[in-house]
Amino acid sequence: MRTAGESVKVIGEVPSFQVTLIVRRFDPENDVEPKWQDFDVTVHGTDRVLDALHKIKWELDGSLTFRRSCAHGVCGSDAMRINGRNRLACKTLIKDLDITQPIYVEPIKGLKVEKDLVVDMNPFYQAYRDVKPFLIASDSPKAERLQSPEERARFDDTTKCILCAACTTSCPVFWTDNQYFGPAAIVNAHRFIFDSRDEAAEVRLDILNDKEGVWRCRTTFNCTEACPRGIEVTKAIAEVKQAVLRGRV
Amino acid sequence: MAIIIEQPDAPRSRKGAQWEKRAWIFMRASGIILVFLIIGHLSVNLILPEHGVKAIDFAFVAGKWASPFWQVYDGLMLWLALIHGTNGMRTIVNDYTEREWLRKSLNIALWVVAATLILLGTLVITTFDPCIDPNVHNYLPELVCKG
Repeated sequence: MRTAGESVKVIGEVPSFQVTLIVRRFDPENDVEPKWQDFDVTVHGTDRVLDALHKIKWELDGSLTFRRSCAHGVCGSDAMRINGRNRLACKTLIKDLDITQPIYVEPIKGLKVEKDLVVDMNPFYQAYRDVKPFLIASDSPKAERLQSPEERARFDDTTKCILCAACTTSCPVFWTDNQYFGPAAIVNAHRFIFDSRDEAAEVRLDILNDKEGVWRCRTTFNCTEACPRGIEVTKAIAEVKQAVLRGRV
Repeated sequence: MAIIIEQPDAPRSRKGAQWEKRAWIFMRASGIILVFLIIGHLSVNLILPEHGVKAIDFAFVAGKWASPFWQVYDGLMLWLALIHGTNGMRTIVNDYTEREWLRKSLNIALWVVAATLILLGTLVITTFDPCIDPNVHNYLPELVCKG
C-alpha cells in the first residue's frame, strides 16, 4: 500500500537536464547584422522551448526579446524557427527535440526582424486584410443564419487558423519577396469562400486570381508541415485554385 | 452589394491576372501531353529499332520527317517542351530576382531564346530536305535522292 504522500512524491519527480539554446539575436540600435548567442539552461522534462526562453529572459539576459501572449498554443504570438522548423515555442516540448545537440532558435523568415525573435508582421496582416476575412452578406436576418453540418464541415479545417504566420514564413515563394499573398491569407480566404452564408466568394476568388495569388503556390507542402494547428494548408490552396478555375465554389 | 473597405496601402498589381491562370493551366496540360509524347519519342527512337540507339542516323531522321505524322509529332513536342521549360524558368526568375530591371531583362532574354529555338526547329522540321548536297555520299541511298 502506498500512502498519498508517496504518490505525490513519485509524480513530482520530473527529470531535469541541461540544454544549450543558440538564439539568433539582433539589436537594431547596436547591431548591423544578427548574431548567434548561446545560453545553457537547466530545464525540466515538462518544459517547452518557451519555458527555456523565459528562463533566459528572467534569469540570464533580460534583453532577450520575443513575443508571447497566452503561452498555450491559442494566440499564435510565439511562432519561431526552432531547429530549422517553424513551430510555436509554447507547443514544442524540449524533450521531443534532440537535446544532445544545441537547440537553434531563430525568428521566422521572410519578414523584417525588429529585435531578436520579433519580426514586423505588417506585410503578413496586410495580405490577410486584402482577402476580406469577414462575412459579407447582403441580407439583414432577424435570426442567426442557419447552416447544415455538411455546409459547416466544408470549411471546418480553415477555421482553425490562429494567424501565427508559421505557414507563410515557411513558404519559399514568400521568402523571395513579400508580394505573394502567402498560405495564411489563402487559408483565411478559403474559410469564407466555402462558407454557405457568405456572398462574396467571387470577389475573393478574383483577388486570389492575382499575379501574386494562388498561382504562385508551388505545392512544396512546407506550410502544411509548419501549421501548429494541423490545417491541411496546401489542400486548402488547391481547393481555392480549383474554385478560381471553375469560376465558382 | 454596397460593401466598400478601404484600399490597402500598397495595392497589388491586377495586371496579367488571367495570364497567370492560363500559364498555370498550360503547365499542367502541356506537362501531361509531354509525358506521352516523350515516352513515344524515346520508344520509337531507342527501343523499337532493331539496333536501338545505333539505328539513329541521318537516314533514320530523314525517314521520320518524310511523314507528316512525325513532322506534327516532333513539332508539337518542340513547341510544348520549349514553352513549358521557358515558362518554368520564368517562374524561377520571378521568384529569385529582386531588382525589377534584372527580372525584366532575364525574362526578355528567356523568351527571345525560346522564340529563336522554336523558329529554327519549326523551320527544320517543315522544310527538311534530305538531299542537302548531292556530292556528299552515304547520307541516303541513291534511290531516294535522284535529283
